[in-house]
Amino acid sequence: MIGKTLTARHAGIALAALLGGLAMAAPALAQNEQFIPMLVYRTGAYAPNGVPFANGLADYYNLVNERDGGINGVKIVFEECDTGYATDRGVECYERLKGKGPTGAAYVIPLSTGITFALTEKAPIDKIPIISMGYGRSESRDGSVFQWNFPLLGTYWTAADIILQFIADQERGWDKMKGKRIALVYHDSPYGKEPIALLQKRAQMHGFETMFLPVTHPGVEQKATWLQIRQNRPDYVLLWGWGVMNSTAIKEAVAVGYPREKMYGVWWSGAEQDVRPAEEGAKGYNSAALQHTAGQFQLHQDLKKYLYDKGKGYAAKWDETGEILYIRGLINAMLGVEAIRTAQEKFGKKPMTGEQVRWGLENLNVTADRLKQLGFENELKPIKVSCEDHEGTRMGRIQTWDGKKWNVASDWITSDDSVIAPMVKEAAAKYAAEKNITPGCLVTN
Amino acid sequence: MLYREVGQYKTSYEADQAIFPIAQDRWFVVGLLAFGFLVVPLFAGQYFYTEVLIPVLILSIAAIGLNILTGYCGQLSLGSGGFMAVGAYAAYNLALRLPQTNIILVFLFAGVMAMLVGLLFGLPSLRIKGFYLAVATLASQFFLEWAFARVKWFTNYAPSGSVAVSRIELFGIPIDTPAKTYIFVLAMTVVLALAAKNLVRGRLGRMWMAIRDMDIAAEIIGIRPLQAKLSAFAVSSFYIGVAGALWGFLRLGSWEPLAFDVNRSFQVLFMIIIGGLGTILGSFLGAAFIVLIPISLNQLPAWLGISMSTAAISHIEFMLFGAIIVFFLIAEPHGLARLWAIAKEKLRLWPFPY
Repeated sequence: MIGKTLTARHAGIALAALLGGLAMAAPALAQNEQFIPMLVYRTGAYAPNGVPFANGLADYYNLVNERDGGINGVKIVFEECDTGYATDRGVECYERLKGKGPTGAAYVIPLSTGITFALTEKAPIDKIPIISMGYGRSESRDGSVFQWNFPLLGTYWTAADIILQFIADQERGWDKMKGKRIALVYHDSPYGKEPIALLQKRAQMHGFETMFLPVTHPGVEQKATWLQIRQNRPDYVLLWGWGVMNSTAIKEAVAVGYPREKMYGVWWSGAEQDVRPAEEGAKGYNSAALQHTAGQFQLHQDLKKYLYDKGKGYAAKWDETGEILYIRGLINAMLGVEAIRTAQEKFGKKPMTGEQVRWGLENLNVTADRLKQLGFENELKPIKVSCEDHEGTRMGRIQTWDGKKWNVASDWITSDDSVIAPMVKEAAAKYAAEKNITPGCLVTN
Repeated sequence: MLYREVGQYKTSYEADQAIFPIAQDRWFVVGLLAFGFLVVPLFAGQYFYTEVLIPVLILSIAAIGLNILTGYCGQLSLGSGGFMAVGAYAAYNLALRLPQTNIILVFLFAGVMAMLVGLLFGLPSLRIKGFYLAVATLASQFFLEWAFARVKWFTNYAPSGSVAVSRIELFGIPIDTPAKTYIFVLAMTVVLALAAKNLVRGRLGRMWMAIRDMDIAAEIIGIRPLQAKLSAFAVSSFYIGVAGALWGFLRLGSWEPLAFDVNRSFQVLFMIIIGGLGTILGSFLGAAFIVLIPISLNQLPAWLGISMSTAAISHIEFMLFGAIIVFFLIAEPHGLARLWAIAKEKLRLWPFPY
């Protein structure tokens, strides 16, 4: 009995010590540092996709520190927090990290549509901008309502439109789309549901039929979905998956004999991790490219020289730095750093607050020359953000997996703003009405 | 010595039937409330509010709800997540469609809607018991999740199926800062917990416990199973519905059905098992345990100054969390509330145990 109470008591003391730590303050940082939180997932069902992205982010920040000594002399400090792609843990990570550093978090990159939705509610209060490059709410492109959201390079409506334009092109014109059947296999979450509105709109305009097939998280069980596809034989299948759901979908397509050439994934369903598990079966599978595609480019010389030759790189193997999601991490970090740099031009070469970085993002203008200087030539098109347009650019390409690597299969396609802009306006107005927001551009002095 | 009730005579029936018959307990609770309302706002930071206090308090309400059903009435339920979702979406729709409604009424409406749904899904409990009932409530969980994901009206036809709440006001005062949110949630929790404590001490609670201990014997002494079981389902669902609405409005602000998936049900069930079945205190202890241990473990290496990869920290968090649960269940299978009761017994004799 005594022994038992002792263990219980000891456990209680240990527990109290553990919980007491929660109230502890963060260690102080030096003054000339810019803190950037990193919400990543290196564990959980989506880790295969989360790890390369996180590596790309970390490597770019380290590269800026090693090569340039920081952003105009302001060193970047970052800290990772593992969200496991779960919304509540993501919010916890955000709350944990947002106040660190001399000026707090510069911006946050959630890499999850669910976490982006949750943080959208917090951003205006905390004054921390959200960079959701290629994801998040499609209507958050409207900066007069979503003042703190920056879905740079494209939203899901942009992605869906680019894919549909390519398909229409394959069919030789929108008029030939009449009567075609297009199925959407989607992750049953806000992420997967985002493109539905655009597909319905386009279907109405051009007279094609749509079919929406949800797949429950995490997406390892898709037999029923693909049975429906086998029965209905749609002309095209769009895939809006993430993590293990993508490779499972391709394997199931092989199993039911659906032609991979007729499958088009969003840019989150077009990484090496998605096609490799299906091996030869993935040959011919297409996906949208968020501008960049796979393969090393000019910046990689610096990465090798300053990080990997010195053993400071995050990726386990040098070859991984040419993979799609790693490059996407690099681009995310680059755009964030450029936004800080833009803000520094106005507010002085010191650590920026979230409010100042927001101004930098809204006035971000990365020209072709600047892209070349930064080592991203041919990977990206110039980006110019404004209050009305938080997307910056709406271009993309289609890429096809040949069994070994991704090949670009199309020219640059721009999404049709005559279709999307009214939808954005309508959805943003509805959000503003629900939340009692008076639309308007934010002025930062 | 400190905790000795010598000299505390009960001279009236009221004194004998008080919630906290021992003076020390009374003072402790009063002190705790004073601490919660007055002292905590003096030192708590934003992280402590939004990630520690508010989630623990809201989930405590859900745990009290499930404890009434499972701990007091013995009806195993795996549908808590679904009932929380009913509360959250009911509150969302009322606030959306009648924006002038007082926020307290919104939360009460959430509770009442969850209660009605709970009554409906409680009907099978009259015929099926134990594990079979658990499976039936699991079905309700999946059905409700499906309904909120598919029936567009519930989400006001949001394209992504995710809903967001607008500014919350109480008598003209906006509840916008973490401190105000905390005070509001704390007040709700105190009222609901006191109500639950009184319910389980009264006729209703005794009926539930009789059914739990042996339903046939209870029937023989004149307790109607229909009334007892359905009232447990109703009260339990009310609490869980209110907790769901609070979770959606004051914790998340924007949510999707995934926020109330089957994992949430399991989380609430684990809270009452670890905290202590059939105790109100256990609901609080269990909620605190399940919410705080993982995030503490996740930050432990940083506090200790150990540099570790993010992935390793997450893996260690999972392993240690599992180990701690097993340890506590072996040390005291009746939950943390029982540990507290044992400690109280010891305190009565301290410092001269015999």
